Amino acid sequence: MKPAPFDYEAPASIEAACALLAEAGGGATVLAGGQTLMPLLALRMSQPFILVDINKIPALHGVARTGNATRIGPATKQCEGLENPLLAEHLPVLVQALRHVGHHQTRNRGTIGGSIALGEPAAEMPATAVALGAEIEIASIRGRRRVKAEDFYLGPYLTVLEPDELVVGIDYPDWPKGHITLFRELAQRPGDFALVGFVGALAVEGGKITRAGLAWFGMGPTPIKARQAEAALLGQAPATLDVPAIAALALADTAPFDDHHASAEYRRIVGKRLFSRTLCAALGQKEAA
Amino acid sequence: MSTHSITLTINGRRYAGTAESRHTLSDFLRVEAGYTGVHVGCEHGVCGACTVIVDGKAVRSCLMLAVQADGAAVTTAEGLAAPDGTLHPVQQALRDEHALQCGFCTPGVLMTLAALTANDAKPDEEALTAALSGHICRCTGYQGLRRAARRLAGAKP
Repeated sequence: MKPAPFDYEAPASIEAACALLAEAGGGATVLAGGQTLMPLLALRMSQPFILVDINKIPALHGVARTGNATRIGPATKQCEGLENPLLAEHLPVLVQALRHVGHHQTRNRGTIGGSIALGEPAAEMPATAVALGAEIEIASIRGRRRVKAEDFYLGPYLTVLEPDELVVGIDYPDWPKGHITLFRELAQRPGDFALVGFVGALAVEGGKITRAGLAWFGMGPTPIKARQAEAALLGQAPATLDVPAIAALALADTAPFDDHHASAEYRRIVGKRLFSRTLCAALGQKEAA
Repeated sequence: MSTHSITLTINGRRYAGTAESRHTLSDFLRVEAGYTGVHVGCEHGVCGACTVIVDGKAVRSCLMLAVQADGAAVTTAEGLAAPDGTLHPVQQALRDEHALQCGFCTPGVLMTLAALTANDAKPDEEALTAALSGHICRCTGYQGLRRAARRLAGAKP
């Protein structure tokens, strides 16, 4: 299994990368970490004329604070994210989720932005961006635009990105210090894609939940924002929250599917159970039998 | 289709060669540079047999283009043992624990464990075992590998 022939360019700037993407007229593919793209090339499911490697663009690397947000450069490697002090401080649930992305060996090359731009519905990074309310900045020779993560995904491996566009940054708004984090996934083996999983954050002030972000992965054609559950959580006191009712609402927005790993029904049953259990534990509630 | 002149360091030796854009690092190391200790199994990043160390990190060499390794320092299984044949501690641990049978997956496993234990690092058993989840062994199973990992973590096998 060898990839079909292609040209390779490694531009040194965002402008040069965008020019290459525009010139290729849809025949180019962006190469970030390559941990999903390389298998697609080897299997010839993807046959671009030209690969545009963005790893040599300094502006696309690293983590920085920008006002009330944390900005992740898309070419930041997953292994770098795991050890980044800014992420540990401001986005603890993202670090928690990163531990579940692929294997040690693929995290050493795989990038955070690559996972987000690709849009695998069972992947952790897209759902984390949706749950935390991230915004994705996109560049092309036509200019720049920003898209909310929740509006970015259209279907499996399908996003609002046009063929000439490049993700140049992902901005995660701040959550209050000490916010509650939620993360759980079920996979057949460590490193496999999740059969079902969710990620979330809850801000509690004055004994009430003041902000909630929740998203599922592996539970539909895209990451699924649990809008009904988010709305129902606002204003509630953590200690007296009706967890089963919230779990039912969280499930209501999902659209899981059958595949040869698990049925939709299985994903719903297990998803609801894991969600209830994780939410109870995070809120210090005892789980109802 | 473009070809590229690349220069990298393989097991401490400078190596200059040419790579077609689509050539993977694994094929470059085996076919062009002759390091057949790089075993190519699935060729799409699932089995872990082709794992090598690039700039200190264990990576799957089939999921990296050769041209991307330009300027990098690469270590393959051939680079582990001392020139006099003394086994690398990771090789010794696998040998002592009978952690291989046919040996096809072994070079990849060695490189993952060698990267994590380089510079006398002592990662805990959990970290080593978790990293081993990136390797598939189809004959002898994983208990020997787990014992070797425990030994490398400084615990009783």
